[in-house]
Amino acid sequence: MALAERHDATGNPVPPAAARGKDGAIRVENLDVTFGQAPGLVTALKDVSVEIPQGAFVTILGPSGCGKSTLMRAVADLVPAARGAIDVQGKPPAEARRDRSFSYVFQDATLLPWRTALENVALPLEVGGGGEVHADPRALLELVGLKGRENALPGELSGGMRQRVAIARALVTKPKILLMDEPFGALDEITRDKLNEEMLRIWRETGTTILFVTHSIPEAAFLGEYVLMLAAHPGRVKEFMKIDLPPERRLADRDTLEFVQITAHLRKLLEEC
Amino acid sequence: MAEATQIPMPVAPPRMSRLIDMAIARGPALAAVAGLLGLWQLVVWGFEVPEYMAPSPLAVLRAFGDNAGVLWLNFWPTFLEAALGFVAGNLVAIALAVWFVHSSTAERAFFPIAVFVNTIPIIAVAPILVLIFGNGFAPKIIIAGLICFFPTLVNMVRGLKAVSPATLDLMRVLSASKSEIFWKVRLQSSLPFLFAALKIASTTCVIGAIVAEWIGSNYGLGALIIEATFNFRSPLLYATVFTAALLAVVMFALVSFAESKLVRWKSGDVH
Repeated sequence: MALAERHDATGNPVPPAAARGKDGAIRVENLDVTFGQAPGLVTALKDVSVEIPQGAFVTILGPSGCGKSTLMRAVADLVPAARGAIDVQGKPPAEARRDRSFSYVFQDATLLPWRTALENVALPLEVGGGGEVHADPRALLELVGLKGRENALPGELSGGMRQRVAIARALVTKPKILLMDEPFGALDEITRDKLNEEMLRIWRETGTTILFVTHSIPEAAFLGEYVLMLAAHPGRVKEFMKIDLPPERRLADRDTLEFVQITAHLRKLLEEC
Repeated sequence: MAEATQIPMPVAPPRMSRLIDMAIARGPALAAVAGLLGLWQLVVWGFEVPEYMAPSPLAVLRAFGDNAGVLWLNFWPTFLEAALGFVAGNLVAIALAVWFVHSSTAERAFFPIAVFVNTIPIIAVAPILVLIFGNGFAPKIIIAGLICFFPTLVNMVRGLKAVSPATLDLMRVLSASKSEIFWKVRLQSSLPFLFAALKIASTTCVIGAIVAEWIGSNYGLGALIIEATFNFRSPLLYATVFTAALLAVVMFALVSFAESKLVRWKSGDVH
């Protein structure tokens, strides 16, 4: 739309996305996000630049207060950028949101408790114009392993099952990008491991670009094709690194020397943050 | 998982067992009621309490039989006043709550007035309304409505606002419009709050109708209570009071039934 007229906060014109190449699913350039007003101003993110390749699985790791969630929320048009630019599939976040280019999975499943699992999955098709392309809600419930529980109310499902419904709901609009903000943070470890393995399967089957915030080093290393590490106070990029593991991963791979070396390296980096 | 060991259980025929279950569940309550009625009867007999002072349960039962026609005739106006007041008072409260939630200016302007109206004792408002609207149905319906109004307003405002920030984030990511958020989220999530208020209102609206009838009316259970009291017809008075209580119970049961059909989930169930 108005790409050619966009400027950053310092008044310099931002070149249109087309001129910068289209490879990136998400491009973040010199992003600042601040909260509050002058004396109490908090800088949540400072000069963050990163390019997320199309179809990649990127985990975001960092100490608390480093703005992991804020970065996701800025990409999702839930908080405004104070400076800098964000391109989501070559569009500004608000436009990408209206086009249903991305879906968001929250830490809480945020299901509507009066709707059945199936009705919750179909919610995105009923609001905000619905979007033109969509997947079959029933097939998605099967994809996340909830076949047969279509008519269960959220109150009748376990925490892990509810988060599965939330993932199916996120996939119903066939988004190019899936933003996952600590989706398994509130789950027990066994459920979490199982969902981690299934997340990799869903990623392979759907080809979606996934941005995944986590507190857990093993989770970040196991899921991520790339790890984006942020440092705190103010939130900034510490490192954007590729994880040298084959894309087909099993839970047992986490006990290999290779994997342990990676998590040890991540832990060391995290301590420097 | 290994198969669980089956413990053989004596199986009663299903119909019988359901009756027994019900007897066990309701038994203590029924026994307590029967015991209290028996005690009342014994006290009246034992101390030779005169009937105009306190009639015995048997005398009240007889009054029900002798005055069935009168009670029935006076039941309907009170029922209509209470029911219409219930509907009107709650509709106004719901509409106002919706307005308050959409406009904080409206809430700041009118909520204090609503609180003020609520602080005026209903019994003090009744004569004023009778003076304005006369002896007909109108003042009774208004008073019954007035008594329902405030709890519903407060609960409905709370219910409409009881949407978690995370759910609102979700609706924003889905680019949902304000009206979509209202119809798909706010209204639904307010229902448990609304029904909590409607249950209160279902019994208080009967009180409102009866109080209004005391002030000025020739018909209805309220008028009958006044008449029976002045004529020392105590058994009829008691029978009327029980009829009024029955009316309130019926209203409460109707609201509970509607709730069980409309709200299949509990608030605070899930996030």
